[in-house]
Amino acid sequence: MKIQVTVNGKAHEKDVDPRTLLVHFLREDLGLTGTKVGCDTSQCGACVVNMDGTTVKSCTCLAVQADGSQITTIEGLSPKGELDAVQEAFWNNHGLQCGYCTAGMIMTAVELIDKNPNPTEDQVREGLKGNICRCTGYHNIVKAVLAAAEAKRS
Amino acid sequence: MFATEFEYKKANSVSEAIQLLSNDADAKLMAGGHSLIPLMKLRLARPGTVIDIGGIAELQGITANNGILRIGALTTHAQLAESPLVRDSARILWETAYGIGDPQVRNRGTIGGNVSHADPASDLPTVLVAMDAKFTIQGQGGITRRGSRTVAAADFFTGAFSTVLAENEILTAIEMPVLAANQHSEYAKMAHPATSYAVVGAAAVVTMDGNTCTVARVAVGGLTPSPVRGQSVEQALVGQELNAETIAAAANLIDNDLGSDIIGDIFASAEYRRAMAAIELKHAIFHATGLAHH
Ligand SMILES: Cc1cc2nc3c(=O)[nH]c(=O)nc-3n(C[C@H](O)[C@H](O)[C@H](O)COP(=O)(O)OP(=O)(O)OC[C@H]3O[C@@H](n4cnc5c(N)ncnc54)[C@H](O)[C@@H]3O)c2cc1C
Ligand code: FES
Ligand code: FES
Repeated sequence: MKIQVTVNGKAHEKDVDPRTLLVHFLREDLGLTGTKVGCDTSQCGACVVNMDGTTVKSCTCLAVQADGSQITTIEGLSPKGELDAVQEAFWNNHGLQCGYCTAGMIMTAVELIDKNPNPTEDQVREGLKGNICRCTGYHNIVKAVLAAAEAKRS
Repeated sequence: MFATEFEYKKANSVSEAIQLLSNDADAKLMAGGHSLIPLMKLRLARPGTVIDIGGIAELQGITANNGILRIGALTTHAQLAESPLVRDSARILWETAYGIGDPQVRNRGTIGGNVSHADPASDLPTVLVAMDAKFTIQGQGGITRRGSRTVAAADFFTGAFSTVLAENEILTAIEMPVLAANQHSEYAKMAHPATSYAVVGAAAVVTMDGNTCTVARVAVGGLTPSPVRGQSVEQALVGQELNAETIAAAANLIDNDLGSDIIGDIFASAEYRRAMAAIELKHAIFHATGLAHH
């Protein structure tokens, strides 16, 4: 089936098997491997991307469901190569170790800060509920998100 | 993991979706896909055709008119949790929606998909039984066929993963009475730590005259194949002044309403869940009446 999707500002028209998951479409058809597959069972959030303004777990979305939509992946946050405020805050606060969860964490954090520009620590932890990190213990991730929110406010 | 092969069709209206369903015995509707896609990936569901209803505008929308809150079947959990109208009309639903899964699950999962899937561990069925919600179902028109019908939440669920929905019917909307200022509601759950699904969930809606309860509707879920209304508890609450003792005594009676079909698994045994039902229900009533705070 033919689908049209705009990913990180670029329009694509592709033929896909209906059972193709959005994450595989992004990684394999478009070569955007920043988005990861962790659990493949809707739990870990490594595959989170933004679709039409809200985050989705792209392992639990069919590419055909994304037909006609606008998608932003981690690659789209910094189109010119500079770091976006959330990426910068993860860097400065050591919000990652192996980095496997990071793309999903950042995509979730971007939406979180958009919806709530001045979140409390509890709200950040609650907002990251769908993103699992096996390395950091979350402390520096939460710090990074709070710092990013502050940076965006000022 | 990949699903087995299927044909994908996008329906643009309810009537088109019903038409597609009626012509294809092997078709399945998809709303947010957050129950169906995981099942298809595990190959526990293998529909020959997936009919995507996710873009149908007439299934969207939240309105309140003449004391009735009406929620379109495609309303996502996030839309419920972010709606001031839901907060002011049915606080229990607003709060419960926020406790479902995680932000991404709430962004995609819909109220219609949640109840149609009828997972015993879902939160919304229990809440909607306590709210005395009515489900509007659309089938094929014509003289010999069923058109539109309305089913009470308590009659909609017929067992684990089963409902009264016929193969070619679509749930279009859910309606419930707007709660008055003297009606208080709360949902309490023992959540599975990985998914937030209810191990045991309890919903209470109480109508108060001062400190005295005049009407009560309570339901528990998660531990039974479908939500169970706690009529013994309701009878014990009505006419009582609600305090720690009367609430605890009433909540303990839920055991009489549970029946013998209690779910047990490696995470929580049936005995344990049974014991927790009274505890969660007590929490729900305490919070509803303002005797306890989060
Ligand atoms: C990680 C994770 C955590 C979750 N945690 C929770 C939780 O804490 N609490 C909770 O309650 N739920 C939870 N859920 C389930 C979530 O709420 C689902 O979104 C919901 O159960 C299904 O909604 P959907 O729109 O995605 O339905 P779909 O997956 O699209 O459909 C589910 C079923 O309903 C049918 N259907 C859908 N819409 C209609 C309709 N309008 N009329 C007739 N049939 C229809 C479909 O044919 C299918 O059989 C969780 C899910 C995941 C993946
Ligand atoms: S890979 Fe999608 S949630 Fe884990
Ligand atoms: S940094 Fe390794 S999983 Fe989060």
